[in-house]
Amino acid sequence: MDGAVPLFRMEGISKRYGGVRALEKADLEVTAGSIHAILGENGAGKSTLIKTMAGVVAPDEGRMTLDGREVSFASPAAANQAGIVCIFQELSLVPELSVADNIVISDPPKRFGMIDRKAQRQIAEEALARAGASDIHPRALVKDLPLSRRQMVEIAKALARKPRILILDEATSALTAADVAKVFEVLKRLRAEGLALLYISHRMNEIAELADHCTVFRNGRNVASYPAGSKSDNEVVELMIGREYSHIFPPKPVAAPAATPVLEARNLSWADRLDNISLSVKAGEVVGLGGLDGQGQRELLLAFFGVLRGLRGEVLIDGKPASISSPRAASDERVGMALIPEDRKTEGLMLPMTVRENLSFAALDRLAKGGIIDRAAEQRLIDDMVGLLAIKTAGLDIPVGALSGGNQQKVVIAKWLMRQPRIILLNDPTRGIDVGTKQEIYQLMRKLADAGAAILFYSTDYDELIGCCDRVLVLYDGSVKRELVGADITEHALIASALNIHGDGADMKQGAGA
Amino acid sequence: MKDWRYLLAEQRGALLALGIFIVMFIIYTTNHPAGFTANVVQTAANKGVLLAFVAMAQTLVVITAGIDLSVGMILLLTNCLASWLVVGTPLETTLGVIAVLAAGLVCGAINGAIVIYGRLQPIVATIATGAVYYGIGLLLRPFPGGSVNEDLADALTGKLFDVIPTSLVALLIVVLVVWVPFSRSEFGRAAYAAGSSETAAYMSGVPIRRGKFIAYALAGLLASVGGLFLTFFTYTGEAAYASGNAYTLFSIAAVVLGGVSLFGGKGSAIGAIFGALAFRTIGDLLFVFDFDPLWQPLFQGVILLIAVSLGAFALFRVRNRLEWFL
Repeated sequence: MDGAVPLFRMEGISKRYGGVRALEKADLEVTAGSIHAILGENGAGKSTLIKTMAGVVAPDEGRMTLDGREVSFASPAAANQAGIVCIFQELSLVPELSVADNIVISDPPKRFGMIDRKAQRQIAEEALARAGASDIHPRALVKDLPLSRRQMVEIAKALARKPRILILDEATSALTAADVAKVFEVLKRLRAEGLALLYISHRMNEIAELADHCTVFRNGRNVASYPAGSKSDNEVVELMIGREYSHIFPPKPVAAPAATPVLEARNLSWADRLDNISLSVKAGEVVGLGGLDGQGQRELLLAFFGVLRGLRGEVLIDGKPASISSPRAASDERVGMALIPEDRKTEGLMLPMTVRENLSFAALDRLAKGGIIDRAAEQRLIDDMVGLLAIKTAGLDIPVGALSGGNQQKVVIAKWLMRQPRIILLNDPTRGIDVGTKQEIYQLMRKLADAGAAILFYSTDYDELIGCCDRVLVLYDGSVKRELVGADITEHALIASALNIHGDGADMKQGAGA
Repeated sequence: MKDWRYLLAEQRGALLALGIFIVMFIIYTTNHPAGFTANVVQTAANKGVLLAFVAMAQTLVVITAGIDLSVGMILLLTNCLASWLVVGTPLETTLGVIAVLAAGLVCGAINGAIVIYGRLQPIVATIATGAVYYGIGLLLRPFPGGSVNEDLADALTGKLFDVIPTSLVALLIVVLVVWVPFSRSEFGRAAYAAGSSETAAYMSGVPIRRGKFIAYALAGLLASVGGLFLTFFTYTGEAAYASGNAYTLFSIAAVVLGGVSLFGGKGSAIGAIFGALAFRTIGDLLFVFDFDPLWQPLFQGVILLIAVSLGAFALFRVRNRLEWFL
């Protein structure tokens, strides 16, 4: 950093929400032509910092300078105009509009006062190409695109605004490995073009690959700033959580679990997404689903949970054929299944409703006597869950939307644990949550398995699969390509089978680089 | 996918409404004693465009994920106003027309200001303003009466070259002058964006407030065009409460029939126009089949239910149940 004149500087920025301080005299310097990584647990103040830069929230005190001149932004539009563009963790795309409409949305090209659709199309195509996503049709509606494609549109949209400072907040959390590689190329090119990039991610290997400089936030302050690569992963994590950090994954049991499969699938097929899948999960076992994103893992979980229509093949519960036609049937006591969904904000929680209400939803039939909810029993169960999962909340009667991401995810999990499920399906449950909460979730998963639950766990994070699972099934194009057991679950094996490459030697390096 | 397939998907709602309308209209004309003649078309057009204007007005607001329960009352108010002002010499008549349209625009702007800057729920705000507009209309015309420049009225409700109903031409012009520029402007897009996801729109720096405000204001303007035409057809002004409410409710039905989503962000005024025409034809159908008038509302309701259900057929093809809720 020394010598270079910072393009953008924040000094002594503080922000409080009610009594909670989100930022406390935080400083940050951003230099043109470099990638600056921001690290920290959820709730460390990263989001507030970015929102301040992007004009979404106004700081209580402190000053910001751009090119040496003091600036303040009244709205996201003002920040955009100054050249600061942010790709938010929560997608900012308008679902009913087309990809092209979305890309030019903040400043559409105009002719005679109307939007020039030809020019718009051209800008959109250029931006998509620049983001390495020319496979997306500019006319497609955003709501019809899968999450990973939307994220690419989001990046294209940011690029179309010709930013000087580009902020990426967990921008790769929904991306497939192939897309991440493309995005990295784009980001490195932008750095060479002289842009300043701020990169926020929970994935350490991404930061190691990309960043020039890192700043760690904790409790609303910047606690350390250092050139990338000068600290080990362990040192960085210790800086983030502020305490000794060891054994993120709980130990796996040595003894083989019981022999009876609780959940079994035979020749499961659905539309063109699932192809002849057979698998079994025993009580006490954690079985991972691996592979590139979008190879049918989500559909497989939804199929078990009774969401898909026109499913072919057989699902067996305790060795007996079962027909599960709805989530209600799946969570029935005879089946005892629970699904922790991918998107906690839409499929997991009713955000404006209270923590208490959200916790009870899945278990209302168990808590009700003759249709009336037994408040005392509800309270007991909720207290148990809040204690078991160490959910940090200011109270049970505040909207669940006010909780941090990690705590929201805990509420989603707790909500299903209230039913004491025997079969637990998890769909990428640690996406975009902090290290501390992740660790708690890993431990909880093992605890549940030890107590006799059968767990099917899909994750896009290979480390998690390696650390948590007794077995991993790797999916490719809707079918199980490979089963890895015990010590065979390695990053190399996972990547190779995810890309459907046979053999473990020379081909592997190719795979790991992609 | 090819471009045209996306285009087709975008216009699906409007095309479905057009299809429903054409089928109904063919059934209507083939069973009409006079058959498919210019006069039959003219009568049908004159009845249809009134609802079409109101449905267009409703569309603008529904796109922003709001609803305007005052459109029918703006129609009545401007009808009463026109029965006073649109009279006399050509100059006076012109000024009268301008005054009536301006009144509609102001009514719409008031709705917009209350909903957007006052942050009231659209449904409540427009029930209240609707009652106010009706009240003013009633003060203007306590009893049915008044008159209108009959030359202008006859010209706009007659036929062009003895074939084309002038009211349809007027509808087309309004579409070209109001709807097309709006839908292609930055504000039109802001209205769609706000209706689809207001937070995403805000985060993207979209001028949400102006977009919504213009949508409400133009809705008032379009309702007043409807009010003008009502005066041209009837030569009088009348603050008929039941008729105002009927227009409001029918406009919502027409909008849904035309493929406009009540959740906002989706649909077009073109679809709503066909929805309105189809809705009107339902009423006419019962007439040509000589139904007992007592049965008409019941049958009209049933046919409307069937027509609206057509748009939901796609749900049978959904194989992932989560898509039901999108």
